[in-house]
Amino acid sequence: MSFVPAGMTRRHFMSHMAASAATIPAIQFMQHLQVHAETVKKNQKACILMWMGGGPPTIDIWDLKPGSKNGGEFKPITAAGTQISEHMPKTAAQFDVLNVVRSMSTREADHGRGRYFMHTGYVPTPTVVHPTFGSVVSHELGSKRKELEIPSFVSIGGDPGSPGFLGMSNAAFVVNTQGRIQNADMDGVDDNRRNHRLAMLGTIEDNFISSKRGEAPQAHKDVYKKAIQLMTSKQMEAFKIDKEDPKTIDRYTNAGAPTGGMMRAGGEFGRGLLMARRLVEAGVPFVEVGMGGWDLHANVFNTLKDRNLPSMDTAISALITDLKERSMIKDVVVVWMGEFGRTPRINQDVGRDHWAASWSVMIGGGNLKGGTHVGATDADGLTCETKPYLPGDIWATACYALGIPTTTVHTSKRGRPMKIANGGTPIPELIG
Amino acid sequence: MRTWSGNRLVCWVVAGLAIAISASVAITAEESGSKEAKSKAAAADAKPVGKRREEFTTGSSDVLISFINEQIRQGWTDNEIEPSEVAGDGEWIRRVYLDIVGHVPPMEEIEKFLGDKDKAKRSKVVDRLLDDPGYVRHWTNVWTNLTIGQDTPQRVSRKGMEKFLREAFTKNRPWNDVVMDIVSAEGHFEENGAVNFLLAQMVMPDDGVLATAKTTRLFLGMQVQCTQCHNHPFNDWQQRQFWEFNNFFRQLQKEDHRKYDAKAGRMVDDYSELKRRDGVADHVTYEKRNGLIEAAYPRYFGKDVVDEVAQKDKDGWDVNRREVLAKLMIDGEKPLVALAMVNRMWSQFFGYGITKPVDDMGPHNPASHPDLLDRLGSEFVKSRYDVKQLVRWICNSEAYNVTSQASKVNEEKDNPAAGTTAMFSHVYLKSMSAEQLYDSLIVATNAHKSGRSSWEQAEDKKRVWLRQFVIAFGTDEGDESTTFNGSIPQALMMMNGDLVKDAISAQKGSFLNTILAETPKDTDRIRRLYLTSLGRAPNPKEAKGAQDLLRVSPDKLAAYQDMFWALLNSNEFIFIH
Repeated sequence: MSFVPAGMTRRHFMSHMAASAATIPAIQFMQHLQVHAETVKKNQKACILMWMGGGPPTIDIWDLKPGSKNGGEFKPITAAGTQISEHMPKTAAQFDVLNVVRSMSTREADHGRGRYFMHTGYVPTPTVVHPTFGSVVSHELGSKRKELEIPSFVSIGGDPGSPGFLGMSNAAFVVNTQGRIQNADMDGVDDNRRNHRLAMLGTIEDNFISSKRGEAPQAHKDVYKKAIQLMTSKQMEAFKIDKEDPKTIDRYTNAGAPTGGMMRAGGEFGRGLLMARRLVEAGVPFVEVGMGGWDLHANVFNTLKDRNLPSMDTAISALITDLKERSMIKDVVVVWMGEFGRTPRINQDVGRDHWAASWSVMIGGGNLKGGTHVGATDADGLTCETKPYLPGDIWATACYALGIPTTTVHTSKRGRPMKIANGGTPIPELIG
Repeated sequence: MRTWSGNRLVCWVVAGLAIAISASVAITAEESGSKEAKSKAAAADAKPVGKRREEFTTGSSDVLISFINEQIRQGWTDNEIEPSEVAGDGEWIRRVYLDIVGHVPPMEEIEKFLGDKDKAKRSKVVDRLLDDPGYVRHWTNVWTNLTIGQDTPQRVSRKGMEKFLREAFTKNRPWNDVVMDIVSAEGHFEENGAVNFLLAQMVMPDDGVLATAKTTRLFLGMQVQCTQCHNHPFNDWQQRQFWEFNNFFRQLQKEDHRKYDAKAGRMVDDYSELKRRDGVADHVTYEKRNGLIEAAYPRYFGKDVVDEVAQKDKDGWDVNRREVLAKLMIDGEKPLVALAMVNRMWSQFFGYGITKPVDDMGPHNPASHPDLLDRLGSEFVKSRYDVKQLVRWICNSEAYNVTSQASKVNEEKDNPAAGTTAMFSHVYLKSMSAEQLYDSLIVATNAHKSGRSSWEQAEDKKRVWLRQFVIAFGTDEGDESTTFNGSIPQALMMMNGDLVKDAISAQKGSFLNTILAETPKDTDRIRRLYLTSLGRAPNPKEAKGAQDLLRVSPDKLAAYQDMFWALLNSNEFIFIH
């Protein structure tokens, strides 16, 4: 019982309404349309990037070195077919679908350069602004999801970077972990007036569009159409994690007995991952969730075991469990990375400094194999003993999981061809 | 069943209205300006186009303007393009205000201009706007964005950069002096604001690569960045030349000072400073594609300056290499600095430069009007790099005075957005910058008068809004201003944000309040709302829609607010046309 007149697409119908004069009480029709647009999209491919801002000490998390002078205070525990930190027990229990890539070697040990390199696969150059990978996925998959009324790339407390030559329509839509969208409501204006406004706007815009002034006026209308759609979309519910069962929220955010009130910051990351799960469920193909506090030049072990690792462990394990329970894990690839790792050598402040030569990234889910590690560093963690990997290889692996051909080539504004994921190769051990 | 009848109802209503609208007779008063333009156009249609165009003048008698017109017209003839009609006064005055002073004209100015019978009124407006404080504000905004970007990088002082540029545009300083100061700048980022251009290129450690690329691109109109890694595929630029240029930037040293904040009980950021590293090697090394390492010495287009650079300054420091470079850049009768500025300013007004892209001049990328670029460059130098004079030449040209509506003939042949060479047969649309949009909303709505905030409060409010808007807008310097690159958050900000909410408020002193109080008739009120936001009167369909809205709305004020909301949110408002 569709409400759109027969032989009329919804889009056409909407534009018809917007172009008509102000007297139509259109709101009740719009509401019906929203109901029809609210279709939960399962089994759609998606990627969740967990961004560890500051550069996490992966030697204490994913690639421990017991027995080495660089080994630090933590012991490894078994996680499916590999070993990870003892402070990640819940994640270890879900590791059958996850993997560690232990031979990242990325050269860039400056925060800005590392952030750019890991997000785009390219080192920064003055020639061109490369798109952050979320924008690439938005460009490749978002445009094909016609029923998606909210942005196809969402960043929750992350640091996503620019859409570069892929343009603003693929830019990250940035929200905080409260999920409040600024300016999403026409406060104090009733539906009737809103429709009057939109109808008049349509008249003026259409007049200008048809006045032989190029393509730009239509582009303006298209962006407004998307924004209006977002204002009225039921899919906006995906940003509201308080709609979840309190037990679910607890599972993502409660890292156990609080130690000195340090749990709050971690809870934010859990809230972010829960929102990411809701967004992916609504059809969003790429969500980035940020967790900060990793630039640990001092006091690394206490900070990790009392603060960062318990909350991260809780959040990641909750996400993986949730994805498994909802049969989404086979479609959702998760990537965990920061701008670089940290020095194997422990400094005089019991900290670790920036280190890009040999470190780890975690990746899993989707149709990737799981429960293992790829590559290895030496006994002291100083060099890669196996083939070194670049961010492009990680993103190429994600492409594989998302069903995006790694042969895809984009064209920069200056007409230069740019290979997706900088021409990286999916990691063979992880793909079927 | 209910659904079905509702469905029928809407179709019926839509159809009925469409008939009502098409059947309605045009009753709205036509704008006198556009009427004038139409009758002019009608008269001109009878004559050959070339003949009519010879008669065109804004009232300025500068011979260079005739030269510009001839050159542009030659392009039309050669490409068999007919120019669009001369723009109506309403369209033109909105455009020239936005382009010179950065905001739409106030309604009184539009009405005055439309009623003005002076044949030289356009050239007089240009002269008046060049002396308007808005000129300094607008061009300070433009060049702050060009030099440090819309988003201020960390440890860069936007205030400092603005202060330097404001002074330059207030005094109309010769452009070569401005470039000299910026390229050679040293010191505290607020005391010598010129340093912020280079500080903004030093956000990542890169041996001055970005500083090299950006300086040549912005001030010389050359893109050398590709040659960092390989010889340029299409022009004479060699990889070695990139590093020879880069050599001048190797003394760059940024020092970030911190201070103790007693209140906060910790160290906080203080000022930053651009310093000169002493004892830097006279050559830089770079790796060629074949793996060989080579050395590059300071050299400007083949002119070797190794000896000069080896000198000490009066304080016994190594000489400032960037000062040596800056002097070379501005030397001569028609240096690249002049051509780059002429081209840049042309593109600010027309949306496209005489080369496309505007900052990529060279034999590999021929200019659309090479003689024009050349002559404008040498005249600009002869004028002692007078930026205001350059604006006068551009705004009084015929091409700047035609309408933005393409004609049947020039629509396809002259469509640079689709890849054709810009022939300037009609004026291309430009997106307002964030600053132009903000200032236009203020002017169009008297928003500054409806609240009771002080100047400082108003400036703070503006800064906060711009910051949000820029984040929502995204920045990419590679973009042409002629494409629309707005984002969803930006549209949400326009539709539902505080600024537009304030703008359409009907508080005492606001535009709406004034209009409603001073204008008794609804038709006049509607006309004035259109005039102030779009620079034109409503067409019959729009006038009818507005009247309908007034009729069905229980609250007339709300109806006017909704109307104004729609006008300010429209594409026609946000584009410069």
